[in-house]
Parts: sequence; structure tokens; C-alpha cells
Amino acid sequence: MDSKVVSIEEALSKIHDGLKIMIGDFLGMAAPDELIEGIIKKGVTGLTLISVTTGKPDEGCGKLVAAKAVKKAITSHIGTNKCSREQMLVGELEVEFVPQGTLAERVRCGGAGLGGVLTPTGVGTPVEEGKKKLVIDGKEYLLELPLRADVALVKAWRADPIGNLQYRRTSTMNNAQIALAADFVIAEVEELVDFASLDPDDVGTPSPLVDMVFVRGKENKKPMPPSWIRLRERGGK
Amino acid sequence: MDGRQLIASRVAMMFKNGDLVNLGFGLPVTVADYLPNGVELWLQAENGMIGQGPTPEAGNDDVDLFNAGALPSTILPGGCTFDTATSFSLIRGGHVSATVLGAFEADQEGSVANWMIPGVLIPGMGGAMDLCAGCKRVIIAMEHCTKEGASKILKKCTLPLTAFKRATHIVTDLCFIEVLPEGLLLKEIAPGYTIDEVVERTEADLIIPDIVGIMLEK
Repeated sequence: MDSKVVSIEEALSKIHDGLKIMIGDFLGMAAPDELIEGIIKKGVTGLTLISVTTGKPDEGCGKLVAAKAVKKAITSHIGTNKCSREQMLVGELEVEFVPQGTLAERVRCGGAGLGGVLTPTGVGTPVEEGKKKLVIDGKEYLLELPLRADVALVKAWRADPIGNLQYRRTSTMNNAQIALAADFVIAEVEELVDFASLDPDDVGTPSPLVDMVFVRGKENKKPMPPSWIRLRERGGK
Repeated sequence: MDGRQLIASRVAMMFKNGDLVNLGFGLPVTVADYLPNGVELWLQAENGMIGQGPTPEAGNDDVDLFNAGALPSTILPGGCTFDTATSFSLIRGGHVSATVLGAFEADQEGSVANWMIPGVLIPGMGGAMDLCAGCKRVIIAMEHCTKEGASKILKKCTLPLTAFKRATHIVTDLCFIEVLPEGLLLKEIAPGYTIDEVVERTEADLIIPDIVGIMLEK
């Protein structure tokens, strides 16, 4: 089996201006931080970002917004990133708000060969505007359409060389779904383990879905995010 | 006891031992501090956890274990973690017995507005619309009036909705309301208030039954 392990340069060679890109993120957590840093250093612009939130200005995929690399965000929440708000208000960033559960299902549809999903979420709210409404067994549902991307940047805990991925705790987030829904999948992992050493039951993303594995640098373990450091310095909870 | 404590204490009386519950940020999350003896809840964090525990001691933070505000969390024995799609299947699928949410406005049809104030506050809805759409009980926990004294319980919400006709209960510092198809049933009022005072501070029409209880008196 060929190894899919690549350098950061090889991984970044796949990221160009104007791509539609899915990124693992939850308010800055569970994100492929080193790939995100690399995209900013490379100076990529005009991205369409599909992510659960737009992170924070100094954490997760929010750094891409702060660096003005994103022209459109498809997301459920921008409230923790003042750059998203500022750019949206002056028209530099287009934002399509999608309820968090609907976003998960639209990405799942995109990855699972489904033409859409019927959800009760958003019925009677601004979210239903422009969408087809269907009544099933007397209950109203919105037809929500699939989402796919050119590239997915997945954050996982461990990988083997052929790209089986294992997730850890709440950092699973949307990572397992986006790995199914993009034409090219790059995983950023904290630890590379030997071929065949992951227990098959522990594999969260099967290897054929993953095109490249990038192993984080020297400080493999994700460091404490700046917001947590500030929280602890304040002595807060 | 101040108004916020009254709200949290009253909401805390609504659960039975072992319920799976999602508590929103701000006031709702404090409900966990007022649970009656013998009632323990499974708290769901919509990012992907059942069994959310307290904040870890400083030094024990785990960057792979966070709550729905992306703050450090612990997980209780017997808890579990999962991906976002599973988490929202639990929510939309009716497997979460209650969600407790704050709101800017609620109305007499049970509609709720809590995700944006056009031109002022546009954070996005996060998981709130899914929680309202799917949880068996949608409990709105909020102050009865704005800082300026205007009723937050309206005949019709004026802000963009989070959910249409989905609230089941509204708990405020003035009263406990059950939302029925025919309107808002005033079940209890806060200690020290009269029914007339509550009605006066409420824009929505209230259904007043023969017997109205006092919050926290049982």
C-alpha cells in the first residue's frame, strides 16, 4: 500500500484561489490549524468556506476570514468572529446562514449520494425563504439540498499511512462528514501510527476517502487555544 | 433570590431523574445548579456529547473535550461523544426530552425569536432552530421584560423567528406559562406579585385559570 503521508507544501499545492473548501471547526476547536496557517501564508483568496462556524479571529478557520481569504461562508454561526461580522456588513464577505443540524445533513447528503433532505428545522422562519416545502404525514418539512466542496480539510487525532482516521472526543465534530463530501480530502493529524495498527472498530473515516495525510509539526498535540489561555489567566471557568 | 435564580430554580423543577436535556448559554445553563435532590440529568452538548460535566480544574484541560460554547469541559462517567450529524439526529429525532433557551421575544402562538436583531446583532442561529424543531419540550427561560420595561411576551414576535409555534413553556421572573394551542395559560406567578401586575406587564393575551399557583411553592 502506498503511503499518503505528505509535507505541508504538498498538501498546500492542492489549495488555490477561488476553491470551495470544507473545514472541520467548532468555534475554533477541532480544526486543522497548521493547514489553515499554511493557506494564509500562501496568500490564497476568494475561497468559499463551508464550516459549522467561522471560528474566532485567532482560532480555527476564523483565521482565514481574518486574513480576508474567504469571499463566501456557508455556516451556522459567525458570532465569535468579529472579522466575519465586519466584512459581512461592508459587503466583503457573503454569509449564507444554515442551521447547524441542517448543515450537517446537507453535507451528509453531498457525501452520501442523496439529492437532499427533508427537515422540520426552519419551517416558519426566514430559513424557509426560497425553499420547497413538503407535507409528509401532515407535518411540514423544508427540502434542503446537498453541499459538496472541491477540497475538505479534515482534523483527526491519528492516522495510519494509508489514511484511516481516528477521531477523539468532541473533536470529531463535522470532520467525519466532510471527509465524504469533497473531491479531494486532506487530513491533518496529531499522530501517525503504523499500518494496520488502528483497531478497525476505532476507524472513524475509512482510508479510501482520504487522499493526503499531513502530520502536524513538532508540537503534534493541538496546543491550548488562545481563548482558553486567556480564560485560565483570568482564573475563570 | 433574584429573578434569574427564580427562573432557573423553577425550570429545574420540570425534570425527572435521568432526563436528557440541552441547556443553552447564559441563564439556561445555570438550571443545572438548582436541580432538586435526587434529580440528575444527562446534559447534551450539541457539538457532540452526552454527559457534559463541570469545567475541569485548571491544568486538566483537554483540547479535545469542549462544550457547546467551545469552552473546556469534562465528561461524566457513562457519558459518550459523537459526531455532529449524530448529535443533531438526537435533537431533531425527538430523543432530547427538553431544550432550555433564552430569547429576545416569545409570542402567544409559541413562536420564538432568539437568533438575530436585524442591523444590530447577527451571530447566526447555530443549533437553536434544530433544538426548537426537535426537542419534546421547548422551554423558554428569560426575563419577562426588557431593560426598558417592555414585555418580551408578545401577541406576535417582531424579530426574525427561530421557531414557529414550537415553545411549550415560558418561564420568566414574573410567571410560569404553559403554551397551549388555544393560547398562553398562566399557571403560576412569582412570589410577591399579583395576577393583575403580571397581566399588566404582558403584551400577549393570557388565559387565567381559576387557580393560579405561586412559583416554587408546592
